[in-house]
Amino acid sequence: MKAKNQRLMLVLVALGALTGAALLAMSALRDQASYFYTPGDALRDHVELGRAVRLGGMVEKGSLRREADGVTIDFRVTDGAASVASRYTGIVPDLFREGSGVVAEGRFTAPGQFAADTILAKHDEKYMPPEVAGAMHETKSLKR
Amino acid sequence: MIAETGLAALWIAAAFALLQTLMGFAALGGEGRPLIRAVRPVAVVQALMTATAFAALLLVFWHTDLSVKLVADDSATTLPTIYRIAGAWGNHEGSMLLWVTILALAGAAVALFERRLPERTLAATIGTQGLIALGFFAFLLFSSNPFARLDVPAAEGNGFNPLLQDPGLAFHPPTLYVGYVGLSVAFSFAVGALLTRDIGATFAKAMRPWVLGAWIFLTVGITAGSYWAYYELGWGGWWFWDPTENASLMPWLAATALLHSVTVLATRDGLRAWTVMLAVVAFSMSMVGTFLVRSGILTSVHAFALDPKRGAFILVLLALYIGGALALFAARVATVAEGNRFDPVSREGALVVNNLLLSAILGVVLIGTLYPLGVEAMTGEKLSVGAPYFNTAAGPLALLLVAVMAAGPVMRWRRDELAVVGRRIMVPTAIAVLALVAALLFAPGLHVLLLLGLTLAAGTAAASVAPLWKRNLRRTPLFTWGMVVAHLGVAVSLAGMASESAFTRETLVAARPGETVHVGPYAVRFAAIDPAAGQNFTAVRATLIATRGNADPLTLQPEQRTFDNPPQQTSESAIATRLDGQLYTVVGEQVPGGRWQLRLWWKPFVTLIWAGGALIALGGLLSLLGRILPRRGVKVEQHGYTRAY
Repeated sequence: MKAKNQRLMLVLVALGALTGAALLAMSALRDQASYFYTPGDALRDHVELGRAVRLGGMVEKGSLRREADGVTIDFRVTDGAASVASRYTGIVPDLFREGSGVVAEGRFTAPGQFAADTILAKHDEKYMPPEVAGAMHETKSLKR
Repeated sequence: MIAETGLAALWIAAAFALLQTLMGFAALGGEGRPLIRAVRPVAVVQALMTATAFAALLLVFWHTDLSVKLVADDSATTLPTIYRIAGAWGNHEGSMLLWVTILALAGAAVALFERRLPERTLAATIGTQGLIALGFFAFLLFSSNPFARLDVPAAEGNGFNPLLQDPGLAFHPPTLYVGYVGLSVAFSFAVGALLTRDIGATFAKAMRPWVLGAWIFLTVGITAGSYWAYYELGWGGWWFWDPTENASLMPWLAATALLHSVTVLATRDGLRAWTVMLAVVAFSMSMVGTFLVRSGILTSVHAFALDPKRGAFILVLLALYIGGALALFAARVATVAEGNRFDPVSREGALVVNNLLLSAILGVVLIGTLYPLGVEAMTGEKLSVGAPYFNTAAGPLALLLVAVMAAGPVMRWRRDELAVVGRRIMVPTAIAVLALVAALLFAPGLHVLLLLGLTLAAGTAAASVAPLWKRNLRRTPLFTWGMVVAHLGVAVSLAGMASESAFTRETLVAARPGETVHVGPYAVRFAAIDPAAGQNFTAVRATLIATRGNADPLTLQPEQRTFDNPPQQTSESAIATRLDGQLYTVVGEQVPGGRWQLRLWWKPFVTLIWAGGALIALGGLLSLLGRILPRRGVKVEQHGYTRAY
């Protein structure tokens, strides 16, 4: 290599590497980014089954049931208009209860059937997941 | 009075920062000698005043002065003393004041101890440091005053987030901040050197210890933070790719790249422009991290748009400093003479690859962190980017980086032969192949990334000690030891990560007291469940007796705590550490049938993750000592010669 061109070569290699990384990142983003849905959105948009998504809303009053194994729960996530049946196995985070806000990460196993891998922790009484607050705002015109 | 003293000190410090900026840059204009000498004490006084303000904040928190708004919002008289004090930086205003205090102290340290940098560059550096401080003083004074009073003092404070009530809080944020803000020194050095056009080996040798220092603190902070999240959250995970974690990872990646390129600049006077660029990028990442964490933009782009004052303020500062530095770089880069050249196959070449890969990983993390914000701001659509993305995109790059790390240190400067390098890492390669065979035999069906991780960890561990091969260990310079220990730490940490992902066993049950549950090699008897109480919480405490073979049984007592101010529940995990892993236990809620939820994990060799982190930091420390202590090698040599004679 002509020594004179070394800096140029380095710059080109660097640009190539960074472009490659950016392309890798963008393609991974397309596959892996998980979108946030309210129950209404999810039912209307027919979310692809098995795709990682977040479902947010309130735990519908009177919908929380515990399976016999003691660690699996069934509940419905509602946005005030539509609701989705959800199932989660694990220790639910603090302050997860009927009527409280929830964001569940997981996937739809059938239309209207959601399997949660993770239930996002609510950190204190005052906190409402921002997505939920936004969604509730739209459906019920609740003041944040 | 104390609060007012703090506020006054803050104003005075801001005035001195302004003076420091003006003097530092004025010194550039020719007749600067007296100015250069005077700017040092100004920086020191600025730091003293800032430290006074911070001490005042600590005092009002210690006394729980409820007429100060911040104390009333984020503390309470019922808190244990350590959290009453540490609570000073467990909130927005206090943590920003801590940030600025460290910034000022870093500037004062440069003013007091930096002797190698040419005088004009030093003055410009201190001036830049003052300029950064000035912006953040303005931020504190105009939009985040920590000393604001309430018209009517509160009767009792709102309390302090129970999740933060952990000894980790006392050490984690300050450590991380020293790392974050310590990088401002590298930034100021770069700006100073661009202004005086004085970029070369001397500049790199002067900058290196500062970068190393900040990097050590960042490493310790990230490692400790990871362990803190691991035991405090009770989710069994040690890294969540949470934006706030990424905010600390990004400066670390940039600083790691800088650390390696500055070595090329110091040793071989190569990669001049690139090193200066990285110094700018590293602190920019710190500021981006501060912006992400402190602006409220992470909770919601909407919340940010509704209450934009603070966020917009930091964003403007960010744009000014990063944009300004990049513009200066663009204007001056053409005048930076090209450094020494080298062959693609050489130590320099390997370090360039290291830098490219680290930059690529940084890019991947940055894109993944900002993408959801960008999408939400533009389309209103909400999405989250989590572990699947980061593992897919950054994982392969990181493994490649580790592979290069194995070969780099045994390569020669300027030029080398691939075949010869291959011979030098023959033994590590053989060890890697053996590890691969063992993993295929004993743990078939592993994911390819995990398989590669285990293989590379074994090979790299061997390769990292290769530079010591056939050397007189007593004559080996400390910074070589530092490199060896840090690289070994990377291999150790990688082994822990791969082992944890590949071999963790988990049991989730609802059990009655008296029942026995199995997880991994352990039989865990649920002995009892009792009420317990602390100074500001009540709890239920499970007692678990874990046995494995003939070893002495372990007793673990995870708790479910209920705090009353603010009302909140947290689960306290109980963890037993053995040589070959950790038994991690969490107790959940009571369910019908007199049963309690228990979640148990057996995590083989998980501790290696943090042990590796500690080794990496120790390696940095050895390097730093090797660079700032007088050369020990020469003395030993003379001594040895005398004795042999």
